[in-house]
Amino acid sequence: MIQISVNGKSHQVDVEPEMPLLWVLRDVLGLTGTKYGCGIAQCGACSVHINGEVQRSCAVRVGSVKSTDRIVTIEGLSPDSSHPVQKAWAELDVPQCGYCQSGQIMAAAALLAKKPRPTDQDIDEAMTNICRCGTYQRIRAAVHVAAGTAKGGGSIIHIVSGGGGGSALAASVNTGSEPRA
Amino acid sequence: MTTTKAANLSRRRFIVSSAAAGGGLALGVYLPFSTAPAAAQGAAGRGAEVNLWVVVKPDDTCVIRIARAEMGQGTRTGLAQLVAEELECDWKKVTTESITAAQNYATKRAWGDMSTAGSRGIRTSQDYVRRGGAVARMMLLQAAADQWQAPVGEVSVANGVITHAPSGRSTTYGKVAAAAARLTPPDPKSIRLKNPKDWKIAGKPVKRVDTADKLNGKKIYSIDLKLPGMLHAAIKDCPVFGGKLVSFDESRIAGMRGVRKAVRVNDSTVAVVADTWWRAKTALDALPIGWDEGPSAKVSSASIAAHLRTGLTSDDAFADSDYGDALKAIAGASKKVEAVYSVPFVSHTTMEPMNCTVRLSADKAELWLPTQNAEASLAALSTSSGLPLEKCEVYHLDLGGGFGRRIGNQDVVRKGVAIAKQFPGVPVKLTWSREEDQAHDFYRPIAQCRMVAGVDDGGNLVGLHIRVSGQSINAFANPAAIKDGKDVRQLQGLWKQPGDAQIGYTVPNMRIEYAMRNTHLPVGPWRGVNTNQNGIFLECFMDEAAKLAGRDPLEFRRALMQNHPKHLGVLNAVAEKAGWGKPLPAGVHRGIAQFMGYASYVAAVAEVSVSGNGVVKVHRMVLGTDCGHFVNPATIAAQVEGSVAYAFDSLLTEISVQNGRVVEQNFDTYRIARLAQMPRIETVIAPTYDFWGGVGEPTICVVVPSVLNAIFAATGKPVRTLPLKNQGLTIV
Repeated sequence: MIQISVNGKSHQVDVEPEMPLLWVLRDVLGLTGTKYGCGIAQCGACSVHINGEVQRSCAVRVGSVKSTDRIVTIEGLSPDSSHPVQKAWAELDVPQCGYCQSGQIMAAAALLAKKPRPTDQDIDEAMTNICRCGTYQRIRAAVHVAAGTAKGGGSIIHIVSGGGGGSALAASVNTGSEPRA
Repeated sequence: MTTTKAANLSRRRFIVSSAAAGGGLALGVYLPFSTAPAAAQGAAGRGAEVNLWVVVKPDDTCVIRIARAEMGQGTRTGLAQLVAEELECDWKKVTTESITAAQNYATKRAWGDMSTAGSRGIRTSQDYVRRGGAVARMMLLQAAADQWQAPVGEVSVANGVITHAPSGRSTTYGKVAAAAARLTPPDPKSIRLKNPKDWKIAGKPVKRVDTADKLNGKKIYSIDLKLPGMLHAAIKDCPVFGGKLVSFDESRIAGMRGVRKAVRVNDSTVAVVADTWWRAKTALDALPIGWDEGPSAKVSSASIAAHLRTGLTSDDAFADSDYGDALKAIAGASKKVEAVYSVPFVSHTTMEPMNCTVRLSADKAELWLPTQNAEASLAALSTSSGLPLEKCEVYHLDLGGGFGRRIGNQDVVRKGVAIAKQFPGVPVKLTWSREEDQAHDFYRPIAQCRMVAGVDDGGNLVGLHIRVSGQSINAFANPAAIKDGKDVRQLQGLWKQPGDAQIGYTVPNMRIEYAMRNTHLPVGPWRGVNTNQNGIFLECFMDEAAKLAGRDPLEFRRALMQNHPKHLGVLNAVAEKAGWGKPLPAGVHRGIAQFMGYASYVAAVAEVSVSGNGVVKVHRMVLGTDCGHFVNPATIAAQVEGSVAYAFDSLLTEISVQNGRVVEQNFDTYRIARLAQMPRIETVIAPTYDFWGGVGEPTICVVVPSVLNAIFAATGKPVRTLPLKNQGLTIV
């Protein structure tokens, strides 16, 4: 039996010490918000917090986790999606397919815990998780929103009159753009 | 303190997961909606089914049914907007539910095509889903009018509140839905749809309807499914395509914890089944396997490239466009340029690896999976299980990425069924490792292209000869689609016929040809499909021709586009927003590209700098689309931004081949785009409101050529071979 603490709750798990924490979370504890993406600590879909540090749980042997280590998964980040990162993600409609977003949110939350007002360069360095849908621009903006250093932002959209001989309707559409965060 | 053993899952989770799998429908108890009296369902609290598309609950919640797959592209929200627009309901009270393939089958496809590919999710269903919303609105208004004994013409609705102005009475959709459901619906074709200029919900950047559970870990993807007694399988196919499974020594893993069985899946594939996936995968890695690597064990990227090169000048090509006499015009031109481009294989690499869960019994086959085509998955389940369609059910869950990998080939289903057959009555979840997913994809076809252009003394392009040589998707996946040996699909985006993916230039002498050169790798549609390679070829070479002519790349293009006003329109819109021709910071250069795909017109401008040691920075991209009508500008922007990230694959990396097998099997070697490499992205929507074009795929084909053209502008040297890393260039 291995004793681990996840989201404030202590569990005894009857597994091999070699089993990665990711698979203990998913297949043993049923915490499937933490995702499998690569198994080699490259993509970040499995990111969790261990004692406040973001860790890629696919590369953490459960046997290396101490019973006193505090593991937090996406399910434990807040009870009601009220963490500033979750709120910013909702405000900017960051997710597309959503599969990588647990990991993205955990990485962003860990960044903000260390650097409450990160620069773009800080974000570049900390947010190395892969997103195949390409939500990166909204992720960057949402980190700034969560930090309180920007409002709105994300996608930059210009709606302009089509030039290809369409109807006069195009002229009635507002042209607008959103400043970048 | 709780003690939990592997795979010991609660009843509660089973119900939650099953509900998610069925799109909110209770597992195993659903009936196709049309076979049950709709009003009776209202009494059951599920709400009244007004028609196929709309269920209204007593609390005025409008449940809009969705037939297409949601994989992050936003179709679920867009389709709901279109239905809600005609329904005139309160958008804040809209929820959605997915129909299943079996329901669609049982009703003779009442919900139309469920396949979600080719950027068709909105454009080919917009008409009937809007009519579905309008029919429901008319029935709800009629029910209110009947209740008030008033002419329906005196009844109006806004935000789901029905009003009879003459008497001052009002009611809501929720209150009349049960009565409405008993009415005979009007003929959908008789309905006059709203003019898009009057839209209040569609056409607006409303937020997605399905975000909340993506923020807290609650969303259940197929890979997350838990069923009572479920087993897990890990799989390994012969690393060399075309090879065979000869043997495996199950005795070597027999004592490993949790392991149940090693299974011969098909003639090239073995799987290990265990109580958790990690144990299955660990045992599979320890399983001694004998392979017959087959005839392709010596194939390499170099031999494939040599094979494709033979197609650049061979006499087995066919021409789609052939105007004037391109060869003669080029021979007689005052200046000529010739170039050979090559674009590698790339992989889909969905974030959610391939997976499915199958439960088989003597008279029932059940399948849970992320699929872009639940109907094709249902058919594959039936044929591979041997059970008739009536005894099969597919629960398609929202996908953790699709990009074309989960559309045509139902290999996942066949393999999942083959394994589950060994465990009657037991649900088995089969999950690919990332390595297996990478090594056994259906890759974007590899291609080369030889182009020659002739320019006259006035700097006019008088002759253009394009020869594409490369692998054919149809030859691999659908040979029947090749007519008379001419696979025109591989020239997508260079087609002569208008309407979908037409070349946007008129050149007096132009010949565009394709020579098929297949390899042993499986190929398939990859977001944007063949517009990717062809967009790179044509648009990069146009910059080489413009340079030969001594003309600005934009002005050079415009001169050839006068017969293509929609192509030109979006190019002009992008050039204007990007500030083409205006000064840039020192060291920053622009590149431009335009193309057409999926009935939409797209263009891009990239701003790029290149340092002396080959370090490339893409600072800003402005990308435009004319998709005719548009449903959600925010979704379009997300798809445009996503197209940039996805297109970066063939800039940054490749699927290469050594000893017949794929080299790049995980993200350490398949080095795709990270956040830091992304430019500032601006989306230009330039609608002409007279057609319906796609959004998910069109933009991708202009990303790479606009970046390469900016590199060309910066260095004076065209980049003709991808990925950049093989040319001494890196993107930071």
